[in-house]
Amino acid sequence: MSNLKVEAIDFNLYYGEYQALKQINFQAEENTITAFIGPSGCGKSTLLRSFNRMNDLIPGVRTEGETRVNGINVYDKSVAVDILRKQVGMVFQKPNPFPKSIFENVAYGLRVDGVRDKHIIEEKVVNSIKQAALWDEVKDKLKKSANALSGGQQQRLCIARALAIEPSVILMDEPASALDPISTSKIEELIYELKAHYTIIIVTHNMQQAARVSDRTAFFYLGELVECDDTKTIFTNPKSLQTQNYITGKFG
Amino acid sequence: MSKLRGKQLHQTLAFGTFRLISFSVVGVLFLIIGFIVIRGISVISWDFLTKMPTEGMTSGGILPAIVGTLCLVAGSMIVAFPVGVLSGIYINEYLKESWFKKLVRSMTNNLAGVPSIVFGLFGMALFVNTLKFGDSILAGSLTLSLMVLPIIIRTTEEALKSVDDSMRIGSYALGATKLQTIRKVVLPICYPNIVTGLILSVSRVSGETAPILFTAATYFLDRLPHSIFDQVMALPYHLYVLTTSGTDMEKAKPMAYGTALVLIIIVLLVNLLANSARRYFNNKLK
Repeated sequence: MSNLKVEAIDFNLYYGEYQALKQINFQAEENTITAFIGPSGCGKSTLLRSFNRMNDLIPGVRTEGETRVNGINVYDKSVAVDILRKQVGMVFQKPNPFPKSIFENVAYGLRVDGVRDKHIIEEKVVNSIKQAALWDEVKDKLKKSANALSGGQQQRLCIARALAIEPSVILMDEPASALDPISTSKIEELIYELKAHYTIIIVTHNMQQAARVSDRTAFFYLGELVECDDTKTIFTNPKSLQTQNYITGKFG
Repeated sequence: MSKLRGKQLHQTLAFGTFRLISFSVVGVLFLIIGFIVIRGISVISWDFLTKMPTEGMTSGGILPAIVGTLCLVAGSMIVAFPVGVLSGIYINEYLKESWFKKLVRSMTNNLAGVPSIVFGLFGMALFVNTLKFGDSILAGSLTLSLMVLPIIIRTTEEALKSVDDSMRIGSYALGATKLQTIRKVVLPICYPNIVTGLILSVSRVSGETAPILFTAATYFLDRLPHSIFDQVMALPYHLYVLTTSGTDMEKAKPMAYGTALVLIIIVLLVNLLANSARRYFNNKLK
């Protein structure tokens, strides 16, 4: 087996009494894109947020088992969340740029990491914006506010912001669901290109999107990981009837 | 058809009433300002603003009162602003939802409703007598700062509450700590509202008489304060003195209107400043 980047091992998660994730075992290899699909409330976003411990922010969350990034159990006591989150970037459903300039948005992660050198910051900001396929549109207005950008541009800016801290894993929670079709296809192209350098997990409600961009697809239902396989297999020859029903639109 | 016309008539009547009421409120406001301006403008001069009062305060200037008010405002803000903003941050960002938080919140609200004369009495007991600051800028400023603390805490809290959680979450996801998130993302978004709260409390402080009555203000001084342990004259108290207990109240009346005008102008200037500060910080966010 080649390089494992992201794993879940017998992972359970509870919101108070309610068990949101049941005995999850999952693996993602380096430089692959995995799509998480399943009906709302099935736990796919919850699992995504367990890889960078964003669930910590919700009161009453309890976990059992492990989630691992680069082979390290992220729930281990020795792991500092701020350092973990520098290795695991995240992009959210709704673009959430800070009300700062385009430049400062991308520089933010570096600045909070204590980078002071102006040249390093500038170089990384420019590279990240280029990598996020946004450079041509914003190169003349880096000092302008990020709020002046369109929704699709804002989302690519949020991706650039996540890239700037040079994570090895990027988690995306329905990154295109609030965008128009043209912006969506731009984001999809971008995700596909980013695969060369990053391991990506993307939560999506859009079946075509999962089929288009991902190498592997994981289907979740009622807190369980029903099936995880090559995207092609999941979409053409799923093992479970539940998966087949969901993909063909019979429920969900 | 007639039903529709009835509805429209209803609308016209309702909005007409709203308009009438709004106009009369604004009208009364202009009436007050106009009244003070007309009565007070004649005594306003360079000397009035820069000279000591003379002849039993029936002539001369009101410089000590202006300086005194400015000292009290500055002193109370130096104390109340950091304490209030930091408390607001603590209550909203750090304190978990619990009975204690509810208690702190309701106590802050209750404190805001306490009559200012009660603060004055408390300030006299604590700062003037127990801590032996005497009637002084220090005692007066501390008393005033206690009075405006709830206002600053509440505005800070409300400002922080209005910041969308997606901002905080976005910052955490980039590896920022809670303190970094508050300092670099949340607070800059709040600046316009916090500054507005601050400046509104400045205008509140500059107009208060009761809290400084027993703690800082004095009837008459022909010199400026030298230290924070000095007593001062203050505009609102001077106004009170001139209209109630001067040696020659008829002759002192124009002086009283002049003082009132200066006080109103100071408050208006502070409010203008609040607006431009608000606009400045809002533009920075755009």
